[in-house]
Formats: sequence, structure tokens, C-alpha cells
Amino acid sequence: MTQSVYVGLDMGASRTKVAVIDWHGVLLGHAAKKSGINFAATAEFCLDTSLAIAGANRSDIVNAVATGYGRNNVAFVTEKVKTEIGCHAKGCYHSFSEAITIIDIGGQDNKIIKLNAAGQRDSFKMNRKCAAGTGAFLEEMSSRLDIPLDEMNNLASQATEMIKLGSYCTVFSATEVLENIRHGKPVADIIKGIFYSMIQRVLEMDSLTEKVVLSGGVVAHNPYLVKMTEEMIGRPVSIPKFPQLTGAHGAALYALEAATIKGT
Amino acid sequence: MAQEKQPKRKKIEATGQMMKIMSDYFYDLNDATKASDRKVAWCTSVGPAELLRAMGFAVHFPENHAAMLGATRMATELIPEANTIGYSPDICSYLTADIGAYLKGVSPLANAYPGIEAPPRPDVLVFNTNQCRDVQDWFSWYAKELKVPCIGITSPKNFTEVTDILIDDVTRQIEALIPTLEKVAGQKLDLQRLSETVELSRECTELWRQVLETAATSPAPLSFFDSTIHMGPAVVLRGTQQAVDYYRQLLSELQQRITDGVGAVDGEKHRIYWEGMPVWGRLRQHSELFSELQASVLVSTYCSSWIFPDFDADVPIRSMAKAYLSLFIVRSDIYKEEYIKKMLKRFHIDGIIYHDAKTCPCNSNSRYGMPQRLEQETGIPSLVISGDLNDLRCVSDEQTRTNVEAFIEQLEERK
Repeated sequence: MTQSVYVGLDMGASRTKVAVIDWHGVLLGHAAKKSGINFAATAEFCLDTSLAIAGANRSDIVNAVATGYGRNNVAFVTEKVKTEIGCHAKGCYHSFSEAITIIDIGGQDNKIIKLNAAGQRDSFKMNRKCAAGTGAFLEEMSSRLDIPLDEMNNLASQATEMIKLGSYCTVFSATEVLENIRHGKPVADIIKGIFYSMIQRVLEMDSLTEKVVLSGGVVAHNPYLVKMTEEMIGRPVSIPKFPQLTGAHGAALYALEAATIKGT
Repeated sequence: MAQEKQPKRKKIEATGQMMKIMSDYFYDLNDATKASDRKVAWCTSVGPAELLRAMGFAVHFPENHAAMLGATRMATELIPEANTIGYSPDICSYLTADIGAYLKGVSPLANAYPGIEAPPRPDVLVFNTNQCRDVQDWFSWYAKELKVPCIGITSPKNFTEVTDILIDDVTRQIEALIPTLEKVAGQKLDLQRLSETVELSRECTELWRQVLETAATSPAPLSFFDSTIHMGPAVVLRGTQQAVDYYRQLLSELQQRITDGVGAVDGEKHRIYWEGMPVWGRLRQHSELFSELQASVLVSTYCSSWIFPDFDADVPIRSMAKAYLSLFIVRSDIYKEEYIKKMLKRFHIDGIIYHDAKTCPCNSNSRYGMPQRLEQETGIPSLVISGDLNDLRCVSDEQTRTNVEAFIEQLEERK
């Protein structure tokens, strides 16, 4: 059976994500993969995987929008590219249609995006040229500690105390981590401190409005970050169903919107 | 992939004439170093150039040389040379690039002008710290290295009003420079000649003001990126007839553009104010980036800083003091914000971009809450981009592109 689908591709510095939606904006299929060095091949793989999950074919694609750092490197895009700031905003507003502050923690950068009740951007901030607070910081610490990235979350949640890191420089932080190991501090407490440092760096970027939404791959893989953020800001935060996909979903929604305007 | 037609910047015809007078200026400087009867003074860009010219000095502006190092992308390789002798990568990258170029024995002048090997050797160095302390440190290094006198004006800073007390102070400091300069020049200051020079500076900056004001029309016939190039004569030839003649020509061309409805950016949709220094090594890329997005970056604090309405031939020294004190960079945030608000209104601005230049805190006005205050007061959105004037190690092209594209998307949503 043929169907009309709309595709969003978020080619991030770390991971590539694809979302396939129907004309109601409902997510039918999705995929994520390390972006690697062959952006085109990764994009094609993610597209085919998510189309298969959606039960759709390439010929069913009405429109496709790309976003992320590799947004200009994708062949199958049919619409003008959008920035990841716009797409994350679109994707999150689709889940939470009210005035929100979005905190997106990605592999290479962080964003704080403020939307008004109509979903328009009031402002956005990206991290400065610094890895602090990004997934890259977590990856560096995982490598220094020789602990797989996917174990960091569980270890942090087992901490009984927290070893705070004083620096916002990744290199200095790594030195602090090694110093704490030398002093025999529990690894779980150190990792909790690493998570705390990440969130602190992000929260320093801008003030928050009442409703806060967390998104991004780092959030998707580290639920402890969400709990800790809530503790730090003193109120609950909202998470989209697929936090890693908000950019791709937003891009797909842009594809749908553009196609609707054109009447296709 | 669907690509929109990419609008291109338009060439300003007067550019050829500007290149010629700049070339004449550099060759004259070079000749001055060889002539036994001429003396060379180095001067900071808003230092007492009028006084130096009136005393017959050939005047070299190291900041202009440093900007050339940036624009030719030589700076990033040279900055580490200065770092190794103790000048931190965190301080002014004009200073570090220029001293690095001296240490390495290279200059963009040598590449652009056959026969010129280096900036002219100074007989005296004259600074004004109205811009920052770094200019004094910069000149002091050369003073020791080249064994030449270094004198200057230590300017008051962060004031809102230019009061008589401040003008008295700087007037006396300028007067105090005269005996040393007379000694180096081997001649007495001719006050009549000083008045004539000040009058030429006034005419030059008045014409430069009119040039920049053309951008108040829509579409703006002139972009910030054009202005950073065409401000050259206002910086290095202030107080000369050549600069006055040049800006008459440029103004005439821009007025014709207004008559013909020609904009610097095709299909201008967004009007942007640029606050801070340009990224010299990325002028073309930034110009194209904004043009592609149909955004015209049309006015800036930086280029407007060479407008000095206070020059007065009847009271030359006192008016010089007043002019140098009126500079945007030396004023308080209260003054700066009022100034920017007026500019936003006059130029019908949709959005502001603050360039947070890593090594230039005095020209980075995003660090003390100004963007937030102005946005709250005017409702005009703003964006801060991280970068630097000369050190491209502090610049992320992809981050800049993403930020700028997202900012223009944000403006689109508000239209």
C-alpha cells in the first residue's frame, strides 16, 4: 500500500538521526547511527532503516528536510535545509505546545532555546567554543576512566556522595578526575560529579522559564542527567518520547509544513 | 537538494581609487624612512594623528598593519611568535600578530606593494589609551626594541558625559607631547597648519558619516563588510585632502545607488547591526553568508567610530581632546546603550549581532549584560557569536554559520 511520508534527517557531529512521519506528524519510523566519516552512507542507512520500520518506500517520500552539522551533505533532501536550533524547537513544541525552554545536550554542542506560547523562538544560545557540558566532555571522561559510556549513567546513580569538579575546562577537569582517583575516591561519586559539572555548564548559558524540556542524545542515554537537572533547578522537567530524535522529528515536521504550503 | 538562488555582493566602483590612495600612502611612508629630512611617527588609530601630520611626520598606524595581517590570514601563524616571548594568546591579537610579524620579518605590505619590505621604522611612538591599555604595551615593546621614544595620552575611561574636566585633562596631555615631538621632528609646531589639518580631519569624518548614513535607506547601498574596507582612508589618511576627495567620490556613488534602488545585498529582507570588531580573516565568508540569507549587515559601531564631529579648527588641540574622548569604546555602558538604541532606530534594524572577540574585551560589548538589557528595552533580538578579530584559532566557522542561520530563521518567524 502506498502512503505519503515526510522525512527529517539530523546529521549531528556525533550521531545521525532520521525520522519518518505521516501527514498528521505522527512518527512512523526512526533510526540513529554514529555519523562516522561517510556522511552520505550513514544518511542512506538511517533513511532505509527508518523507512523499513515505517513500512514505506523511497517513492512514498513527499518531502525531506535535513538539519545538523552535515545538513548540506545529504543527497535525498528535497527542501531547503533548516538549522538544528529550528528543528529542535519544532520537534519539542510538537510534544509540548506551550511556552517552553528547551535544553538540548548534544554530542558536540548544547543549546538553550526559548519558545513563546505560539512556538516562535524568542531566543537561543549555543555553547561557546568549549566542550564543557557536551557529550564530548562525557566521552572524554569515559575514555580517561576507561569506563564504557553506557555504564556511566548506572554508576552515577549508585553514588553516595558527589565529588565536585572545580574547572570548566575539559583538560583541567580530567586532571581533577585523575587526582581524585589517586586519592582513592569512589568512582561512582566522581562520575556523579562529572554529570553535575555537565549540567552546571549548560545551566550557566541562560536563564530558564517555568516549563523546561530536555532533549538530545546525551539525555536519551543518561536518564540520571534528567533526575539531577530536576534536583538542580528545583522543579520537574519534561522529556519528549524520543529525546534523541527531536531534531530529526522537527526537520520532518518542517518537510510536512513546506509540502502542505505547496499543496503537495 | 533544493538550493535557493544565492545573491551576490556588488563591487563598489570607487574601490580602485581607494586602492590607489592607500598605495600612495604606503609608498610615501616607505619613502619617508629613507629620506634624511623626514621623520616617521607611529600612532594609535584614535591617537593625536592631527598633531603628528601638522608637524610633518609621516604617520604609520600599527592597528592598520595588524588588520592587514588579519585580513590576509597571516596573523594566526604569527601570533605564537609573540606568545613565546611572553605575550599571552589571551591579549590583543593585533598586538601579538604585529609583534609576531616583526619577529618573523614578514609583512602583508611586502606582498601587496613591490619595493616595500616592512612597515616604516619609527622615530617616535605616540599612543592614546582611549581604546585599551594594550596599545601602550604594544608601543612600549617597540620603543625598547627599536630604542625610540614612546609618549602618549593616558585617557580617562568609562565615563558617560564628556565633561570639561576630562577635556582639560586630555588637552593638557596633548600639549605635553609637543616638546618631545618638536625635538624629534626638528621643527616647531605651526598652529596654523594644525588648524588646517584638524579641519581636513573634520571634513573627512563628516563625509565618512554621510557615507555610512546612506545605509539608513532600504535597501542599504553599503554593507558593514564594505565599510570595514572603505574606512581605510578615514583611519590612515585622516587630516589629508586625499581622504576628503575619496569620500566625496564614494558618497556620490552610494547616492547614485540609492537613486537607482541598488542594495548591497540582493533582495534585502533583514537589516542587521554589527556590534564589535570584524573577523578580519573571514570578511568575505561572512559577507557571503549573510548575503545568501538576504540579510544586510549594514551598520556597525566599529566603522562609525571614525566619525568625530567635535573637530574644530578654531580650537584645534581642545577639539582633538574632545573628539578622542567622544569615542564609543571609551564610554560607559549607559552611553553605549543610548548610542546603539539611536542607531537601531535610525537604521531600521531587525536584529543585532555581537561579536565576542576572544582577545578584545574592550570591543566586545556582550560581556556585561548589554544584549539582554537592549533586547528587553527595544524588543530587537540579538545573537552573540564567539570569534576573534585576528586569531582564527578562536573562530569556529560551523558554529558561526549555524548560529547566524538560526538567528535569521528566528527573524523570519517574526516577520
